[in-house]
Amino acid sequence: MRCMEYGTNLVAGVTPGRGGSLWEEKIPVFNTVQQAVDETGANTALIFVPAPFAADAILESTNAGIATVACITEGIPVLDMVKVIRYMEEKSTTLIGPNCPGLISPGENCKVGIMPGNIHTPGRVGVVSRSGTLTYEAVNQLSELGIGQSSCVGIGGDPLVGTSFVDVLKLFDQDQDTDAVVLIGEIGGTKEQEAAEYIKNHFSKPVISLIVGSTAPPGRRMGHAGAIITGNSARAEDKIEALRDAGAHIVPTPADIGITTQQAISK
Amino acid sequence: MKIHEYQAKQILAEYGIPTSKGSVARTLSEVEEIANTMDGKVVVKAQVHAGGRGAAGGVKLVNSATEAKEFAEQLLGNKIITHQTGPDGVPINEVLVEEPSNVAKEYYLAIVVDSDAKSSVIMASESGGMDIEQVAATSPEKIIRVAVDPIVGLQGYQCRQLAYGLNLPTENIRPMTTLIENLHKVFVAKDCSLAEINPLAITSEGQLIALDAKLNLDDDSLFRHPESADLRDKEQEDPLEVEAIDAGIAYIKLDGDVGCMVNGAGLAMATMDTIHLADAMPANFLDVGGGASEEQVAQAFKLILSDPNVKRILVNIFGGILRCDVAARGIVEACSSEEQTVPIVVRMLGTNVTEGKEILESSGLAVTLVDDMKQAADIIKNSIA
Repeated sequence: MRCMEYGTNLVAGVTPGRGGSLWEEKIPVFNTVQQAVDETGANTALIFVPAPFAADAILESTNAGIATVACITEGIPVLDMVKVIRYMEEKSTTLIGPNCPGLISPGENCKVGIMPGNIHTPGRVGVVSRSGTLTYEAVNQLSELGIGQSSCVGIGGDPLVGTSFVDVLKLFDQDQDTDAVVLIGEIGGTKEQEAAEYIKNHFSKPVISLIVGSTAPPGRRMGHAGAIITGNSARAEDKIEALRDAGAHIVPTPADIGITTQQAISK
Repeated sequence: MKIHEYQAKQILAEYGIPTSKGSVARTLSEVEEIANTMDGKVVVKAQVHAGGRGAAGGVKLVNSATEAKEFAEQLLGNKIITHQTGPDGVPINEVLVEEPSNVAKEYYLAIVVDSDAKSSVIMASESGGMDIEQVAATSPEKIIRVAVDPIVGLQGYQCRQLAYGLNLPTENIRPMTTLIENLHKVFVAKDCSLAEINPLAITSEGQLIALDAKLNLDDDSLFRHPESADLRDKEQEDPLEVEAIDAGIAYIKLDGDVGCMVNGAGLAMATMDTIHLADAMPANFLDVGGGASEEQVAQAFKLILSDPNVKRILVNIFGGILRCDVAARGIVEACSSEEQTVPIVVRMLGTNVTEGKEILESSGLAVTLVDDMKQAADIIKNSIA
């Protein structure tokens, strides 16, 4: 609903058993994703299906030929995601998430997600993050300093997600509407190190980076299934070091995302 | 979710993996009874959800049922502190009484989901019995890894690759490949996040046997494993954390005195970091969740209030799906049943922030409202008792 208000061209809904009805008296509802694609030409799917059925919904969208699938659902069993991600390797569909806020391009008035649209301003800084509300925090700090955003992508807080930091950085690299990128990472895994490696060797635009979780104890899962310190490379310090070494501007405290970005892009 | 060694071994045995003969005991007479059926020479092992039991004095080989009983008496009803438990330790309510094995050599075998490989990975090592993280750090070449394709599944050649890689005696190759296949079956059937046998021994009689076993179950899969609910031992967990899990709140008890309530895990970690930077320590990690209700917010806030270590509270809500007015009503409701004794700093932003702030201001609670994280940090810094 709020996606539509924001300007997103919402063409169809899918709920098995509700096919043939209208949602909010406007949007046609279909029983299957394939029907929705055939009838409306939908090319993007936003999935809110509960965790036990979410893997099925991702595969259904993939096989219906949807180009981009954003999955908001949190708590999908990891062995389900292992299969989904392996299966999708051979398909042309891009999966964002799961356990993510989705994506938004303020300049295009296009929102596929659950983020509050009003905090965003059109502009030339890209945002990519593993978190939801922390991304809103970053966007809000940017907007308050008059720094607009080209696109903001939440890649999700699970250990297994469809789109990595590197995938999004590659798109930002090609995107002529993006001048700099704010990258927000956290403890757990090695995705930030992979991003650092890519930034160091291939990425020419300024990167501003915040890594949270410096103060989290090892071995405890900090809410996100992916945010757990197992081994040194999962620690915040290691990730910050890798990004600093790659030339990223390190945000010293979570309150300084906006100001660090301002300094980085005015150089 | 963690389960006990004896529960894990029971599951392994159901899948044909050889384990030591033994039974779990909750009383001293049960210990004696089990030990007597094994001629007295037994291993008594404390059953707790923490590693490092051996070094902490929780495991002992004894020579008679009387000795078994004496050792069990030191364990049962007491707490054990290991390097994994924290200073409070965990209670020992059960001991496993097992027949000892004559160990010729110890190996390591485990299956985990590896987010880099995007699949489950089987790890095996000749350096069994040791802390595998140490082996991984000092001599990573001693760990053999095999990634399992989730679509075609584990293949025979992969099991052979592992078994031959361990330099096993020829007669143990076949039993080992079968054991690996069976452990993988357990891993998939029970939706494990970790299945570990350390040590996996070859006895002097040439038999493979799981001397210890650890199964961690994926919390997100518990909906399809109703049978696993019975395996949960809430006494091994922090009582506040148990309460939080039951309420659907992500909560972890920490050592500091600043209670914090945040929506979203990333923002919660950022808030914890901010508290640290203000020269204070968080009392907890708490993510009320994306779509929390007024009741859940109230429960979360009560949880913080019930922690005796909490001397001040920082709330950081960025309203999205969870609206600020809902969060504010939850806080007011939580405080209505108890007398407020600690100062509360609230930072709110996003959906319905004006309504949220009005609710807090008109509630009569001593709440300091701030607009950004910097202000919040400054107030926390100046509130140090």
